[in-house]
Amino acid sequence: MFRPAATTFLLAMALTLGVFIGVGAYTFSYGEGFSYLSTDPRACVNCHIMRDQYDSWQKSSHHAAAKCIDCHLPHDFVGKYIAKADNGWRHSWAFTFQDFHEPIRITPRNARILQNNCVSCHEGIVHQMAGGVAGIEAMSCVHCHANVGHGP
Amino acid sequence: MSENQPAATPPANQPPRRLFLMFLAALAATILLTVAVTALLVSIIERKREARQPYFQVVAVDETTTDPEPWARNWPRQFDRYQRTVDVTHTRFGGSSAMPQQKLDREPWLRRLYAGYAFSIDYRERRGHAYMLYDQEQTERVMQRPQAGACLHCHASVVPTWRRLGLEAMGKPADAAALAADFNWPAVNRGFEIASLMRYADAHAELLKTPDGTPHENVPLMPGGTGRPGAAPGPTTREMLASHVGEAHPVSCVDCHDPRSMQIRITRPGFVRGIQALAQSKEPLPHLPSVERWRKGNRAKPYDPNAEATRQEMRSFVCGQCHVEYYCAPREVIFFPWGKGLKAEQIEAYYDQHKFPDGTPFMDYRHGETGAPSYKAQHPEFELWSQGVHARSGVACADCHMPYIRDGAMKISDHWVRSPLLMVNNACQTCHNFPEAELTARVEAIQGRTAELIQRSASAMTAMLDAIGGAQAAGVSGPQLEALYKLQRQAQWRLDFIASENSMGFHAPQEAARVLAEAIDYARQAQVLAEQLAPGATTRPSTRPVVPVQGVTPTARPQ
Repeated sequence: MFRPAATTFLLAMALTLGVFIGVGAYTFSYGEGFSYLSTDPRACVNCHIMRDQYDSWQKSSHHAAAKCIDCHLPHDFVGKYIAKADNGWRHSWAFTFQDFHEPIRITPRNARILQNNCVSCHEGIVHQMAGGVAGIEAMSCVHCHANVGHGP
Repeated sequence: MSENQPAATPPANQPPRRLFLMFLAALAATILLTVAVTALLVSIIERKREARQPYFQVVAVDETTTDPEPWARNWPRQFDRYQRTVDVTHTRFGGSSAMPQQKLDREPWLRRLYAGYAFSIDYRERRGHAYMLYDQEQTERVMQRPQAGACLHCHASVVPTWRRLGLEAMGKPADAAALAADFNWPAVNRGFEIASLMRYADAHAELLKTPDGTPHENVPLMPGGTGRPGAAPGPTTREMLASHVGEAHPVSCVDCHDPRSMQIRITRPGFVRGIQALAQSKEPLPHLPSVERWRKGNRAKPYDPNAEATRQEMRSFVCGQCHVEYYCAPREVIFFPWGKGLKAEQIEAYYDQHKFPDGTPFMDYRHGETGAPSYKAQHPEFELWSQGVHARSGVACADCHMPYIRDGAMKISDHWVRSPLLMVNNACQTCHNFPEAELTARVEAIQGRTAELIQRSASAMTAMLDAIGGAQAAGVSGPQLEALYKLQRQAQWRLDFIASENSMGFHAPQEAARVLAEAIDYARQAQVLAEQLAPGATTRPSTRPVVPVQGVTPTARPQ
């Protein structure tokens, strides 16, 4: 049997844990946490930083063909969730502590993901171009086609 | 009871104590986590609220509120940045400090270029918007020479004063309520013409008689807004200004924003008249699509920037109300010489055919060394920008000088108007995806080349002045001297056009180089002609006494 002191501790623990779970769940829901598990582009403007990119994507040539994640996340399940976790952590840290370079810049890792995704859809046209598929470091589609996805 | 167990059996006590510590640690950790999650929740709430509500208006502002203080309460973020224009900033080719450096000492050729004109007695580096009124009332150009009220077109928040002067001249009520009621273009135009031709000190006095939206507060926010109460008025501008009481403001919120809608707007009659004349001209204006559109219409009404300009054009037009070329001296109401186009030689051609109201040919000053009627370029930023690739690409002044910045989840335009070189990330990288150091190096390459060309043009200009002086000493006069005068005016105007412009060529690099190439050519042409008319002219000393600085456009014929 538990002694009274232990019972008190357990009760306190249960209470704080309950508060933590409650506040945490509410924050998750208020912060639209579930949207980050979806493929909805609106999830990307939850934190207001990418408003310009989102607005310009709606007017872009790729609007009808691709959503944010189609270009910015790997297409395989594991890679996709690793990239989601990586970016999610970095973005929430940066925005909460208001510490990042503006205008925002794509990271080298994300640029590689992006390039792979250009190729995965357009491979039929670009596979003969020098370095189109293999030499990702040597050539980036968006270096010239900078505005096909979104501005600015 | 566990507490009462004898000390002889410690092992039995071990598990509960460890459990106790673990509970305590878990409790503390959960508490800390909850605090962190709550802080995150509050942060999310705050950002969401910022994104939803751009501003909250707590006090009313109207057409008379030239004092930025009430605006500051409604739009604190914009105001915080606006106020930063008091700060000292430096770039390689420009900058400002407590009392800016004399350009005349750094570049001695400027004294010869402006000989006979007030710019040869005091011409300093620029400072931030906050100082526009203060510095205006410190410069010896205004303090020692009889300048006109036209200066206030750009150095003060002057529109309600024009409205009041206009209403009074029209015999209508001009109390605070009447001034606040409406923008009233007819009255503003009328008052603008009246104030333009006043003496500077008198126009400044009118400024202090106009309500500024804060009747019970008379401490100006920016320097230079007030005088010394009780001082006796004296004969010089400085003494008269010192005797003024009340509050005046440098250009503030109401000069660019409609107090009802916050939309940016044009408030300066000089610009309205200038852009109307430009719209009437045949000069192609691909960077001003609304003007091109107006030209294709029936032209029943003159082009009205407030009604027809696009939002993006307005983000350049508001700056183009002051950062332009104009005539601003006592002999005529201030005007922008845009009737033939915005290029240096088109403005020159406009001045060539322009007559003062008394019928005499236009000039800014008579050159102190040679007596040539000369033109003074002010600071044709809008004109030079119009010739550049940024204008053609639809980039407005505000895109680089007031780029959008983020404050929390809010996007505001940076009202700390300054050199884009001081904020390369927001100003340039929004479009140019290159490292900041690379972008800065590109700008400095352009500016460095322009600076070199300016020095070459300046050498050509001083050699020209020597040669013309020598030719005059040898007795060259009449139509031959007129031909020299014309070349001198052309050379000086082009050099001055680029040297006075505040971007060191960056606003349109190729155009700046073209204009300076012409400046060098005309100066050397003048030198060659002088040498032909009077062999040895270049080395013969001038015998003509240097005319003392008149400071303003002369009215009398020269001796």
